[in-house]
Amino acid sequence: MSLPHLTAGFLPLLDSALLVLAHELGIAEDEGFTLGLTRESSWANIRDRTALGHFDMALVLAPMPIAANLGLTPIATPMIAPVMTGLGNNAITVSAEIWAAMSDAGAPGDLAAGPAGKALAQVVRTTPRKLRFGVVHQTSSHNYELRYWLAASGIRPDHDIEIVVLPPPLLPEALGAGGLDGYCVGEPWNSVGVARFGARIATTKSNIWQWSPDKAMGMRADWAKQNPELVAATIRAIYRAGLWCEKEENRMEAARIMSAPAYLNQPVEIVARALTGQIDGGTKIVSLSDFYVPHAGAANFPWKSHALWYYSQMVRWGEVQPSRAKAEAAAATFRPDLYREAVRSLGAAAPIDDYRREGDKGEAHLVPSSDGTVELGPNRFFDGGTFDPDAVDAYISAQTGNV
Amino acid sequence: MPSPDLSILIIDENRIRASIIEEGLREAGYARVAVIHDVNEVGRTIASAMPDVIFIDLENPKRDTLEHFFSLSRAIQRPIAMFVDRSDGTMIEKAVEAGVSAYVVDGLKKERVKPILDMAISRFNAFSRLTRELEEARSALEERKIIDQAKGILMKTRGLSEPDAYALLRKTAMNQNRRLIDIAQSLITAANLLGP
Repeated sequence: MSLPHLTAGFLPLLDSALLVLAHELGIAEDEGFTLGLTRESSWANIRDRTALGHFDMALVLAPMPIAANLGLTPIATPMIAPVMTGLGNNAITVSAEIWAAMSDAGAPGDLAAGPAGKALAQVVRTTPRKLRFGVVHQTSSHNYELRYWLAASGIRPDHDIEIVVLPPPLLPEALGAGGLDGYCVGEPWNSVGVARFGARIATTKSNIWQWSPDKAMGMRADWAKQNPELVAATIRAIYRAGLWCEKEENRMEAARIMSAPAYLNQPVEIVARALTGQIDGGTKIVSLSDFYVPHAGAANFPWKSHALWYYSQMVRWGEVQPSRAKAEAAAATFRPDLYREAVRSLGAAAPIDDYRREGDKGEAHLVPSSDGTVELGPNRFFDGGTFDPDAVDAYISAQTGNV
Repeated sequence: MPSPDLSILIIDENRIRASIIEEGLREAGYARVAVIHDVNEVGRTIASAMPDVIFIDLENPKRDTLEHFFSLSRAIQRPIAMFVDRSDGTMIEKAVEAGVSAYVVDGLKKERVKPILDMAISRFNAFSRLTRELEEARSALEERKIIDQAKGILMKTRGLSEPDAYALLRKTAMNQNRRLIDIAQSLITAANLLGP
């Protein structure tokens, strides 16, 4: 009997590691299905082809399925995200020229978000032309975390600088050609910028917001409803791929697999930087053990509070008019219920709660799970902000947006 | 009924395909058709051509760039949305399957846009068919060369006539339940390994 075959779209990003590993290590087969992976050229294609059913699922920017359910996308197909593909894994990279100016303005080159942001603010103030930064998509963690960092550093994203959209693999070259002053992207495209175009990493997602969400497996809500076993098998396959990838002794093997032409098509040495947490910012190598968290700290658990934070940022930057119904639709996109049910048979601990506060813990801490406790990572925002999912409206009204 | 007054912009890095679509639209009576090959030019072109309908091929990695540009382009006073009608799933599906996506300015009637979309979709499909046929023709030619080479080896080493060499290849392929071309390829590889 042949196994059911699921098709999945992805973009060449290290964030696709768990999906790729589920396929390459035979975890998918072990969970009762085969995976056909298709590398796509744009997030728009991922969005449309998943919505139309050309793919059963895809590696998506975590805010993308939320945007679909809030009516921000062209095809009105309800989407869900039942499993996350890890935390972190982004950085903000600037050109050599901007870095030189930031360095003069006191940026220490240690990848810390606060001092780098302060230095960039000074550069923005003293540079006569408007700096231009690239992000990978409008409804992306990259767009929101770049804007969060800029705004908290005293830079108004839509006034003081310009933000444009380019797909990840094109960003380093655009910066090298002088078309961009900086960009926010997933790995390996920051490291590629450093290695090939003399760029510098200014700060990292893990330093802007510790252990924060980025990508998920997205799928159509009706497909998920019709195929509960396949959804559960997918969740387990991603979970197990995460468990494998979390182990330090497997990180170089993961880098080797991801560096292949069919996936990232980049030298293994560059791919390994994020996987080993040895981030070469261009001035020095900084060790960031939680730059990318594939599994630890319930990294694959889709917190509804994370969906709400994305919603708050969509409101902040004028993409969505706030309403209770929209907040509910955003939260309903992430499906911790499906996750919990799926990993139960693995004997895995999943948090009991669907929501958590963010920004209130500087250390790893325990939360209740189905059979005891599960450890979560620290969750600080670099500016000391806190996010309470029970007080989203207050959080939204306290935000400064495009004014 | 075509609406020849509508302005149409085609963005396609593939120049041949772009000109095939342009030609189709012109033949159908649309006089205001502009073509660009690089998304970076889109700002300037939109300002000058004021397109009502914009096509971009799905292989184009800058689709995201284009969509973001539209979301910012309140400056051009013409909101642009993907496809004519969110509810028209079949049309969207046909387009994406053909490898094209369409963006249409707000408020345009579906009946006016549909013939343009249909035309672009059918030309995209025709282009894919053409490319596929060319590819097949090329690989058929390649295969024939390989089979000829394998026949040559058999004729030389086994002293066979050309029809006999071909018959032997065919029989071997049938016996082993493999394709003729695979047998020929294996034979050439083996002959190369064994030397002159």
